[in-house]
Amino acid sequence: MSVHRIYAIVIRQYYLLRGSLSRVVPIFAWIAVDMILWGFLTRYLNTVASPGFNFVPALLGAVLLWDFFIRIMHGITMAFLEDVWSRNFLNIFASPLLIPEYVSGLVLSSIATSLLGLGVMLGIATLCFKLSLFVYGVMVLPFLLVLFLFGISIGIFGSALVLRFGPASEWFIWPLPALISPFAGVLYPVATLPHWMQGVSRLLPPAYVFEGLRAIVSGGTASGMALLAGALLAIGYILLAYFFFVKVYQHALRTGLIARYSAENLG
Amino acid sequence: MSPMLSVTSLSKKYGAAVAVDGISFDVGKSEIVGLLGPNGAGKTTTINMTLGVLAPDSGTVQIKGLDLAVNRSQAIALTNFAAVYTPLPGNLTVYQNLRVFGLLYEVQELPVRIDELLRQFDLVAFRNKKCGVLSSGEQTRVSLAKAMLNEPQLLLLDEPTASLDPATAREIRKGIREFARRGTAGVLWTSHNMYEVEEVCDRVLFLSHGRILLEGDPKLLPAQHGKKTLEDLFVAVAREPLTLERG
Repeated sequence: MSVHRIYAIVIRQYYLLRGSLSRVVPIFAWIAVDMILWGFLTRYLNTVASPGFNFVPALLGAVLLWDFFIRIMHGITMAFLEDVWSRNFLNIFASPLLIPEYVSGLVLSSIATSLLGLGVMLGIATLCFKLSLFVYGVMVLPFLLVLFLFGISIGIFGSALVLRFGPASEWFIWPLPALISPFAGVLYPVATLPHWMQGVSRLLPPAYVFEGLRAIVSGGTASGMALLAGALLAIGYILLAYFFFVKVYQHALRTGLIARYSAENLG
Repeated sequence: MSPMLSVTSLSKKYGAAVAVDGISFDVGKSEIVGLLGPNGAGKTTTINMTLGVLAPDSGTVQIKGLDLAVNRSQAIALTNFAAVYTPLPGNLTVYQNLRVFGLLYEVQELPVRIDELLRQFDLVAFRNKKCGVLSSGEQTRVSLAKAMLNEPQLLLLDEPTASLDPATAREIRKGIREFARRGTAGVLWTSHNMYEVEEVCDRVLFLSHGRILLEGDPKLLPAQHGKKTLEDLFVAVAREPLTLERG
């Protein structure tokens, strides 16, 4: 692994962001809108629900964490799609760059943009709606870690899908978080779901985070073992997603897809 | 001593279509080898396999003795390429692109090297311009500057002068000849401009239907096969490959 080559992937993203307002604004614009929308909704719910329960950490905090997961995932796929849109595959894959270096560069780029997004969300949620992540105690760290790891896995998986099925398939990857969210129990307990959906939830690391979050908000404690299981699951998904990416890359090498990628998918 | 490039029994099929059919050739130090042939002859497929972006069905590619299938990153680090169909990202400036690719090729003293190349390829005025707003000729010069970043020991050029005006193309040919004559590198060059090939290449390989049909000195080859010019020979290869044999 070469630090220089990983840095090349990261600095390319930095150059693109530095020179483009249209790339910077989406990093925080939609999540800022989410914070404001859910902030007012939770404030309203606090006025109509029975006193004693605070919806801000239960709902606004959950949305904040979910948006953090989405930003991590989008950070990776956006960095990857920059190479798709600029038809840069032949240039970069004909260089000494290794796949682990490329993926590491995408992940590091995503960390930078996601931290920016997280900062903006925290600023709005704290200043406007008095949400404090301290309400979750030290458990906020495993919450963020599990979502971070799962975001990486879905980001790599989404990038592999685009590499396999061609530039037009980017529309496969944008709805992935929306497809996962009903099962992840972001806004409601997993027990609310039918049995078969609960089975799917058990396979999703975010479900462990949001169950833990609700336990804390209700005055209980988050299960450390459950969060550990969530983290291990997420690491497993990263390995699976990376394996899938490598397989897709090898397929692209065999079929000539890398060399001819700009011309849509060859099937 | 190992040649800069050694291709052995290289084959590639796309479904039932044979793109490259068991070709073998070398590119030596200081040598410029022209890879010629009509569209679909297998030139770009050969270059893509040499660049490691296309896996051969069989055969080997060795770059200065390093097997591409085994030591891909180390072998590719010795190469670089420019192709008319792969401009650098238009959303980065000339300097930014050269910096990114300089890092990918782990070029030592990169800022100094970039300044040298900006001067060499007459790109100083475009240093902070986005590549996407440059003319096709200027973009080609940026691609060539990128191809020289790491002073490659094997330089692959796929129609490098196709979008250049005659004066710039002449300068580029001169620069690449001088680069090869320094004695540290070999060049594999594809072109449809037979005048250019005759001027630049020490040796040419004519490809047809994925096979090397003819090989030799571009100045002598036409007469050896009863043709007046290299272009006549090219046309014969394209239209009547069966009447010609590898010399």
